[in-house]
Amino acid sequence: MLKDITLGQYFPINSVVHRMDARFKIIITMLFLVMLFWGQRVTTLAAGLLFVIVATACSKIPLKMLVKSIKPIVPVLIITGLFNLLLLDGGKTYWRWHFLKLTEEGIQTSAFMIVRICLLIAGTSLLTYTTSPIVLTDAIEALLSPLKKLKMPVHELAMMMTIALRFIPTLIEETDKIMSAQKARGADLESGGLMQRVKALTPILIPLFVSAFRRAEELALAMECRCYHGGEGRTRLRVLKSGLRDYIALIFTLLMFAAVILCNIFVKF
Amino acid sequence: MPILEANNLTYTYSIGSPFEKTAVDHINLQIEQGEFVGIIGHTGSGKSTLMQMMNGLLKPTEGTVLLDGRDIWEKKADRRAVRFQVGLVFQYPEYQLFEETVYQDIAFGPKNMGLEKDEIDRRVRETAEIVGLDASLLEKSPYALSGGQKRRAAIAGVMAMEPRVLILDEPTAGLDPIGRTTILTQLREYHRRTGCTVMLVSHSMEDVAKYVSKLLVLSHAKVVCYDTPANVFARGSELESMGLALPQITRVFHELRARGMDFPEEVYTVKFGAELLKARLEGSAPVC
Amino acid sequence: MEPLIKLDNVRFSYPADAENSEPAEVLKGISLEFEHGELVAVLGHNGSGKSTMAKLMNAILLPTEGSVTVAGIDTKNEEKLLEIRQHVGMVFQNPDNQIVATIVEEDVAFGLENLGVPTDEMRIRVDQALHAVGMYEYREHAPHQLSGGQKQRVAIAGIIAMRPDCIVLDEPTAMLDPQGRKEVMRTVKMLNRDYGITVILITHEMDEAAQCDRVIVVDHGAVHLDAPPEKVFSHVEEMRALGLDVPQVTELCEVLRQAGYALDPEILDVSACVDAIAELFSQKGITQNADSGSK
Repeated sequence: MLKDITLGQYFPINSVVHRMDARFKIIITMLFLVMLFWGQRVTTLAAGLLFVIVATACSKIPLKMLVKSIKPIVPVLIITGLFNLLLLDGGKTYWRWHFLKLTEEGIQTSAFMIVRICLLIAGTSLLTYTTSPIVLTDAIEALLSPLKKLKMPVHELAMMMTIALRFIPTLIEETDKIMSAQKARGADLESGGLMQRVKALTPILIPLFVSAFRRAEELALAMECRCYHGGEGRTRLRVLKSGLRDYIALIFTLLMFAAVILCNIFVKF
Repeated sequence: MPILEANNLTYTYSIGSPFEKTAVDHINLQIEQGEFVGIIGHTGSGKSTLMQMMNGLLKPTEGTVLLDGRDIWEKKADRRAVRFQVGLVFQYPEYQLFEETVYQDIAFGPKNMGLEKDEIDRRVRETAEIVGLDASLLEKSPYALSGGQKRRAAIAGVMAMEPRVLILDEPTAGLDPIGRTTILTQLREYHRRTGCTVMLVSHSMEDVAKYVSKLLVLSHAKVVCYDTPANVFARGSELESMGLALPQITRVFHELRARGMDFPEEVYTVKFGAELLKARLEGSAPVC
Repeated sequence: MEPLIKLDNVRFSYPADAENSEPAEVLKGISLEFEHGELVAVLGHNGSGKSTMAKLMNAILLPTEGSVTVAGIDTKNEEKLLEIRQHVGMVFQNPDNQIVATIVEEDVAFGLENLGVPTDEMRIRVDQALHAVGMYEYREHAPHQLSGGQKQRVAIAGIIAMRPDCIVLDEPTAMLDPQGRKEVMRTVKMLNRDYGITVILITHEMDEAAQCDRVIVVDHGAVHLDAPPEKVFSHVEEMRALGLDVPQVTELCEVLRQAGYALDPEILDVSACVDAIAELFSQKGITQNADSGSK
């Protein structure tokens, strides 16, 4: 059934990485991304690969889960790969046909890009695999909290995010139900041209919106009854706690980052 | 020939995933034309899945559904026609109302059938009358109706397709006693007037027992029994062991039997029960 | 001791809107008192004004005329709003639309978080509340993995974690299956019995009202009856006229009484009814077993 789809990609097992402070995980992932974009050398990729291998091993996430996360972007990989492979000029030319060619530079860049994108996805997936959406939201709220001083509605945004996460499964289930009900009344959702199909969605979208608004109203009332009055003076059940391992992980990432920068400047490959 | 027939009907959700679950397990069933069937079973007994297979919304994993002896999945083109012949009203059907006026909403089904304007008009007005919606309400927005009226407008939307079998999934859920009685009486009237087959899913035996001609009891994806209410309630203790609550009146007579009094087992209306007791109290032969 | 909640000649009208040109008066002068530890049902059909009454009890709505007092605080006192809502918690009909968080225990904590309860104490209270409603094993589940009855129990836990004096439940079982109804009723009665929480149950189900100690029948915005359930349901005809059901056994006894047999009008459950009928038979000199008469 639709509601069985797991939300986000959280993979709930117990590991060092799962237990890490989500704020640190976010910062480390950010550093990792910046590093990948910054470094133009093979050493960057080597460092990135090392990072992903170590992180995967520590998080006990099965390798096939990482492969799964890369699957949806395979078309992107192919297009980027082919683009670089066949269009780039430079170095030895192995083959040429009209404007298409196969060159040394092309092969290198193509491989580089593919590995880079794979690492990028693997790294961010590790974050979402090891951190539940709700904790992720908490961590984002905590990291953005300095912006509260600038009158940014950080708490409100986080609360909206939480409620969205909470209601996605409910609304998916509801959509499913409304679709069946309208099909039972002979609504034709499968045939016709684009315009016809868009029009055929009306019987589904209107009830869905009406229901979402009704839910919003009732939820607001229920929240008010439970003394909700914004973020002011709020405490939390789940407190983000940082420990030694978080600092160690951060230090290692920083060291790696520094190494990559140094390589970028001093090493020529 | 039965109008609807299920042969070895099976449905399994999410095959191959950890959520795999057989909701309907090799069910055989024959529904005769013109029957008023009450379907009882607790949540997860497979009621809703069975209903959705009966009108072709779900494709059986195994087995067949026959409408007038013909497999509804035989020819692909037939499927929409099947949905017009076996009308299905979902639980809380008022959540599917979407048109600007009640009239247009009831007309949605008939319009999808490609009917003429006059025919649609006739059907809308007739069904609105059956479900007790005043003509003045037809031009209002469906969202301006009261809870009970919305529910009835939504039911009318399916009735207007004039299906030969009307299936309703808990049409009285969430309504107060007046709302429940209104809808059940209207359904009985609809059944009497049109002679169509009506199938009614319900949690409440007490509510359904007095309206239906047959009861279908489901438990754990299988049919426990399909029989007249009297015969079903005669197996009362079996139903109770499945966690289905018997009407209070039935429990009273079971209790009286347990105390050694000779009463029939199949008492399920207060009227019948009171008659029995009165007859016994008045006509009883004095003890020698 | 002063009553926990006091409604003094309360009138309430919804303002005129696009649909209704006249303001609609929903409550027409209601005076009621609720004491600490009561288990009360407010029974009425849809549109009788019972839900509006519930919403007045924790200042979601304010009376148009008259006053509502909660633990001595007038609900019109805006500064004490949070205090009022801590005294009187509210559970609604649709279990889906009152659960805020994506994890059960976080939802139970929601009210406490709003009140600024320190984390350590919050942990204790959340666990206690989850134990009380029997949902502790499910504390890390997502709400959409639960049944309706379980969701409703989570909602109740979220309220009792705030340690209120009173819970108002607005048709908490209307959207549940029989199993869920049983779970919720069992929980509610237990909270009243074991924790001494005042329970005000808004319902249109007579079998639920029959399980309470006091039943208030509301119709057209006015209180019709206010008595223990046996007394209330003995008014079979009047209840019918108000669009409400009575238990089948009460009805059976009423029919027999009208036929001239002396039966207690205050019978609500099966065993009492069976006892009464057996008694009637023995009075009439009919032996327990019809067959044995021929011996």
